[in-house]
Amino acid sequence: MKSATFGYLLLAALGLVAPFLFYPVLVMKVLCFALFACAFNLLLGYTGLLSFGHAIFFGTAAYVAGHAIKVWELPPLLGLLAGTAAAGLLGWAIGSLAIRRQGIYFAMITLALAQMVFFLFLQASFTGGEDGLQGVPRGTLFGVVDLADDRNLYYFVLAIFGTAFWLIHRTIHSPFGQILKAIRENEARAISLGYDVAKYKLLVFVLSAALAGLAGATKMLVFKFATLTDAHWHMSGEVVLMTLLGGMGTVLGPVVGSSLIVILQNELADKVGSLVTVIMGAIFVICVLAFRRGIVGEMAAFHKRLLGLKA
Amino acid sequence: MKQTLLSIALAAALAGSSGGVLAQAKGASPKLSGDMVKIGVLTDMSGVYSDLGGQGSVTAAQMAVEDYKAQYKPSFKIELVYADHQNKADVGSNKVREWYDTQGVDMVTDVLNSAVALAVAKVTQEKNRIMINAGAASTRLTNEDCTPNTVHYVYDTYALASGPGKAVTKSGGDSWFFLTADYAFGVSLEKDTTDAVKAAGGKVLGSVKHPLNASDFSSFLLQAQASKAKVVGLANAGGDTVNSIKAANEFGLTKNQTIVGLLTTIVDIHALGLQTTQGMMFTEGFYWNLNQETRDWSRKFFGRHKKMPSMLHAGTYSAVMTYLKAVQAAGSDDAATVMKVMKDTPINDFFAKNGKIREDGRMVHDMFLVQVKKPAESKEPWDYYNIKAVIPGSEAYQPLALSRCPLVKK
Amino acid sequence: MTEIFGIPIQALMGQLMLGLVSGSFYAMLSLGLAVIFGMLNIINFAHGALYMMGAFLAWMGLEYWGVSYWWALLLAPLTVGVVGVVIERTMLQWLYKLDHLYGLLLTFGLALILEGLFRDLYGVAGQPYTIPDELSGAINLGFMFLPKYRVWVIVASLTVCIATWYLIEKTRLGAYLRAATENPKLTQAFGINVPLMVMLTYGFGVALAAFAGVLAAPAMQVSPLMGSNLIIVVFAVVVIGGMGSILGSIVTGLGLGVIEGLTKVFYPEASSTVVFVIMALVLLVRPAGLFGREK
Repeated sequence: MKSATFGYLLLAALGLVAPFLFYPVLVMKVLCFALFACAFNLLLGYTGLLSFGHAIFFGTAAYVAGHAIKVWELPPLLGLLAGTAAAGLLGWAIGSLAIRRQGIYFAMITLALAQMVFFLFLQASFTGGEDGLQGVPRGTLFGVVDLADDRNLYYFVLAIFGTAFWLIHRTIHSPFGQILKAIRENEARAISLGYDVAKYKLLVFVLSAALAGLAGATKMLVFKFATLTDAHWHMSGEVVLMTLLGGMGTVLGPVVGSSLIVILQNELADKVGSLVTVIMGAIFVICVLAFRRGIVGEMAAFHKRLLGLKA
Repeated sequence: MKQTLLSIALAAALAGSSGGVLAQAKGASPKLSGDMVKIGVLTDMSGVYSDLGGQGSVTAAQMAVEDYKAQYKPSFKIELVYADHQNKADVGSNKVREWYDTQGVDMVTDVLNSAVALAVAKVTQEKNRIMINAGAASTRLTNEDCTPNTVHYVYDTYALASGPGKAVTKSGGDSWFFLTADYAFGVSLEKDTTDAVKAAGGKVLGSVKHPLNASDFSSFLLQAQASKAKVVGLANAGGDTVNSIKAANEFGLTKNQTIVGLLTTIVDIHALGLQTTQGMMFTEGFYWNLNQETRDWSRKFFGRHKKMPSMLHAGTYSAVMTYLKAVQAAGSDDAATVMKVMKDTPINDFFAKNGKIREDGRMVHDMFLVQVKKPAESKEPWDYYNIKAVIPGSEAYQPLALSRCPLVKK
Repeated sequence: MTEIFGIPIQALMGQLMLGLVSGSFYAMLSLGLAVIFGMLNIINFAHGALYMMGAFLAWMGLEYWGVSYWWALLLAPLTVGVVGVVIERTMLQWLYKLDHLYGLLLTFGLALILEGLFRDLYGVAGQPYTIPDELSGAINLGFMFLPKYRVWVIVASLTVCIATWYLIEKTRLGAYLRAATENPKLTQAFGINVPLMVMLTYGFGVALAAFAGVLAAPAMQVSPLMGSNLIIVVFAVVVIGGMGSILGSIVTGLGLGVIEGLTKVFYPEASSTVVFVIMALVLLVRPAGLFGREK
């Protein structure tokens, strides 16, 4: 069996037994952020586009799904889909404006537009502003499985993560994915080869936004709560850190990075208070200066060197 | 190979983090879950409300646990945990959920910030524990959002509004403009004060909402000035109130208009000084200098906290004491059992005289209409209030008949 | 009391003045950002945090050592400038050969570190800084109330902005700077110490931010979050103005501050989003920005 497949099977097995070993709510949080980071990595790692406002998709989907489930009384799966669709739509709107500029400007524009939507959320009544959208019922899946039980919900979340991860994996390893990498390496050359680069960028932006939305809506279901924190630019910065730390442009990098960051925050929040932010910042700085390939990237490079030495 | 290593690493990290969860589950057994009583203090430790509650609430709770152990020598163990919710409802409710799921916490107290309180009330109901809220203000906790697991202990926006709403309006301040903190608390306070002002014959000319912990009140105060209302009501608290009052002074608002801080405590007066605040009238739930009993307790608190207690601090102490006594009497920490004992037992301590917890969870006790002394009248530090009137519990709070809580039998 | 469009003139003038004050801060901060971007090709996300640091240094100076406001106006920017030089030498200089995005990420990390440190030390609630006696009080013009301090802020910022513009556009030092921006290698070949210029430029840019911070301290709460709330709006200002010209940054900053102030009068709900809406419109019509040149 190829080592990659074996590795994935191992991770899947770990996923299946996790709720019996660890606090299910924590593992679900890890899965949601892992999905968020993987979706973000599609844009940053594979297409070379730094979106600095990605949390807005995370948050929008959470609010829309929450509203759909709580107020319109949609079943959870439809609610999640509604949230994902809303995030995708917003992704199309923001993406269309942002791709008019490149590089640094692209990042600043995504940040600014995300902030604009954030302020709209702050004032809109349906989001509850500072209070947040509270008390969203988890509902039942297909009328049969009661998701109020943490363990049932966990398997639902695992299934969502698995499906989305598979989708991302297929995207990366498809011809579409190859073109994205070409755009990342040398956009001018990709254009000269005849590809409508703007269209590809927009497409991957929408896909990334929609999947980030799926992650946000799922997290909302776990905590029964959608708040402004989900859409705040601090959250946008966090997902960049998760991807950078784990390894941009690698398949499992974001999963590793997000797991580490979520667990780190969970452990440290009570003990060091505001210093968590300092630690996050320090990790950022160290990664940029000395650890740009991230954990998985460094491991892959080390692996290659080992093979190189053996040969 | 790489993925194998990764999965092992992930497993190790997760294990380290939530380790030991295996046996520590729900804790809803009769007698005492986990063979001990665990109390959590959830508060704002470093933000705009940290002086109102914050470390002071934790200290008060610790004092209560110590005094209870010394006085009653209980057979059970008592443990205290605390956390900072940073004024974020999701941080607060997730922390409490984790406390309930993995640490066997039985009761949560303080929980200031109405948005956090509302979220925690839901989680507390879901997990069948108890929240004795000593810090938040919104009347929703005992109306639309009441639960059989919530006790609202110290004050609420109705009580806050009843004092100045009537007194200031009747003494000539009959047109009001509100500067409101834009979340559940501010909205609740503005509404209750509007009702009180109108009932006293006044009118409300308008209002403007500001974000929580706003950095600059100047543009909001300009709008207040432009309204020409006789009274500017500050439907905010803590650092926001202090900054609003400072900015009002800077812009000369106080020359023509009266400022009423609807939720003001002795800590805010201390921060602003008597020169700026003399003559201000508002409702308070506790004054350290009221009688010998309050003085004794407050000096003990001052010895540990270095500041005189706010009503939240005194209330947290009283709440923890009440809870522990109820657990002792009930012989269990099961939520429904303890709740029944608490609702059946009158509360008489330095904080509350003739206190009673009603069906809707509201703890009703006497409140005070206070007026800030002139600098010359103050005989020692923290000697800031003249008690203008005692508002008996039956008048200070919303009548039970008007309650929108589904638990109240009509 | 006269009214314009149903708004009392006192409210209008008051908000206009506040808008000019905001605009002054936008102008100074976007100026610093533009200067740094021009030379280093780095978007300095830490700009907001260094602005906050300037305000905190002023507060700490007064609180712990009795340093007056006037000395703080000089010392805080100097200190932050030195900090900036250290940052440039130890961290930023390694990033010039890399993708520009790394500069943004590094400075973002620095911003988090600074914000977290001050938050840990001082909490979020904000520290008060009293207006110095010479500038406190207000002038009652009849149709409006003019707090003296706010007027001083506008005057001081404009002076500094114009001085900076003069320095860059009209002096020899400025000429060297512009040359180094256009073509570093050639300028180096002419014997001008380009790395030194780069270092000093970063120091100067963040010193400008710190100066803005000291100006801000008496007007609003000195809080660890004051910079982050502001920096994103400044980014939008920079996108609208384009980073081509110094004058463009100043004019755009002031103009947007005034527009924001007027929005507060006529349509307060939109005041926090109006700058971003304008940015979106500018992107649709003139992507390079109002004063920008497509590089």
